[in-house]
Amino acid sequence: MNFELTEEQLMIKQAARDFAVRELLPDVLERDAKCIYPERQIKMLAELGFFGIMVDPKYGGGGMDSISYVLALEEIAKIDAATAVIIAVHNSLTAYGIEHYGNEEQKQKFLPALASGEKIGAFLLSEPEAGSDATSQKTIAEDKGDHYLINGTKNWITSADHGGTYIVIAQTYPDKKHKGINAFIVDRNSPGITLGPHEDKMGMRSSDTHSVMFTDVKVPKENRIGEDGFGFSFAMKLLDGGRIGIAAQAIGIAGGAFDLALKYSKERKAFGTEICNHQAIAFKLADMAVKLENGRNLILKCAWLKDQGKSYSIESAMAKQYCADSAMEITTEAVQIHGGYGYVKEYHVERLMREAKVTQIYEGTSEIQKIVISRALLKD
Amino acid sequence: MKILVCMGNVPDTTTKIKFDSEMKKLDTNGIQWVINPWDELALTRALEIKEQSGGKIEKVSVINIGKADAEPTIRKALAIGADDAYRVDAEPSDSYYIAAQIAEVAKKENFDIIMCGIESSDFNDAAVGSMLAEFLDYPSVSAVSSFEFNDGNVKLKRDIDGGKETIVISTPFVAIVQKGICINPRIPAMRGIMMARTKPITVSAPVETDSLIETTIFELPASKAACKMVDAEDTDKLIELLHGEAKVL
Repeated sequence: MNFELTEEQLMIKQAARDFAVRELLPDVLERDAKCIYPERQIKMLAELGFFGIMVDPKYGGGGMDSISYVLALEEIAKIDAATAVIIAVHNSLTAYGIEHYGNEEQKQKFLPALASGEKIGAFLLSEPEAGSDATSQKTIAEDKGDHYLINGTKNWITSADHGGTYIVIAQTYPDKKHKGINAFIVDRNSPGITLGPHEDKMGMRSSDTHSVMFTDVKVPKENRIGEDGFGFSFAMKLLDGGRIGIAAQAIGIAGGAFDLALKYSKERKAFGTEICNHQAIAFKLADMAVKLENGRNLILKCAWLKDQGKSYSIESAMAKQYCADSAMEITTEAVQIHGGYGYVKEYHVERLMREAKVTQIYEGTSEIQKIVISRALLKD
Repeated sequence: MKILVCMGNVPDTTTKIKFDSEMKKLDTNGIQWVINPWDELALTRALEIKEQSGGKIEKVSVINIGKADAEPTIRKALAIGADDAYRVDAEPSDSYYIAAQIAEVAKKENFDIIMCGIESSDFNDAAVGSMLAEFLDYPSVSAVSSFEFNDGNVKLKRDIDGGKETIVISTPFVAIVQKGICINPRIPAMRGIMMARTKPITVSAPVETDSLIETTIFELPASKAACKMVDAEDTDKLIELLHGEAKVL
């Protein structure tokens, strides 16, 4: 076993950290308050290669491993989780989905623009009545011979407006249930696509989230990913990897809150001494640190399994559930350590606490992760 | 034309500095090493100049005087965009020694422009750049905060008391740069990080040179005295403390 990160991995972690501190931190509170999309920063991140981290260099990517990817995501999320989710959805779902399950023509056509960040990726699976239960897709993709006609509504779509390339999951053969579902690469500007208003969310407020309506949207047949009926299996495979990204985002949020709480506890005095000298606070810090260490190790193991080409479905469910739940606990304690100051926006921890919540919900709720884990345990 | 950027390998500026028990050597345990911040600014500006030069600047090289453990920092410079690197395999003992070693490589490789940060963030001698220019018999310009390269013509601005001085200079020369030379140090891009290992680092043995300085002892600054609160009404007590303890009255 070797827990040592490579020089490249350390460099990427530091690059992400430097970028986050220099470019994201100064206006993160304003963007959160006013729901402003990080347009300038996304452009800079694209130039630095953050939108093609794992993409093969022959399609214009950085060709890095999953470990580098999760390290970068964690560092961005420590400062600005909303920017981290834009990167996560783009890399883990859209770019990875096309690179690993698309055919050569699709890769050549769509990957270079995604890897350069010229087009941001979005993943359209959730529906008003199909979130955790992704099998009950109501969006229909009707086979019209040389093209498909998509009709329906998708919900909670990250980067719905600023995204350029969608992956849309829709039902082609309702009688075949989940085996009739397909996945399509769809241009965001296709005629017939309209967006609902920007969702006014609890956290991640500067990432743009909308519902997306499809009215007779024509999609060329060659944009279907995989064999006819591969869509559900495709989405589930993708979410296995997506969970690692969200786990990294969650542990980043938690790490950001922990760093602030640790610093504050060494500065703030009560009863004649810095509050870190009170066991009530010191033990909180110890509990938080243990959870962070456990979460990071789970994530790195998943990323390592993925890089080795081994199965990581169960481990990524464990990592997602553990890191998301820990992020909620750690950020809540970070607010508690800050006392009244933690409850005001200026100190960042209340924002991180709001942002932690959604990691227990999106890309598979904590409860869904427990279903995945327990079913695997009880199989045979 | 070729640019050489001189690069120190220094402890991260947030490092808590500790020494060995005899206070003669830096305790390097747990230290994260980085490119000297002023040198990183010089490198960033050198790369900008190269990119804007329309091919006139063929390459930007970096040089470090250090042992093999400095190579991760050198590779960061390559990841940021330097084309190649030189490392003289020696402990960087003092400014004179470092300048002599750099001069040897610079002479052999015929660099047109040499850029150095104004000082290093660990020893702050602010001496290498001028010494290097003397060794090479090149003109040097210090405290450069603006570097323009137009079609081969170089215009430098340096900070002087109460204002700025503009200098036109022909190559070869040494520019000793400071803050303001570029907006921010460049963050390495993903492709750059992946390419860094493919770029050459030429390692050479040091030339014989004496170090002129010997460190006898390091001392840490005295820890800040605790703040004493005196009741605003109690001026007698305040005067007594200022006279008896602080000895300023």
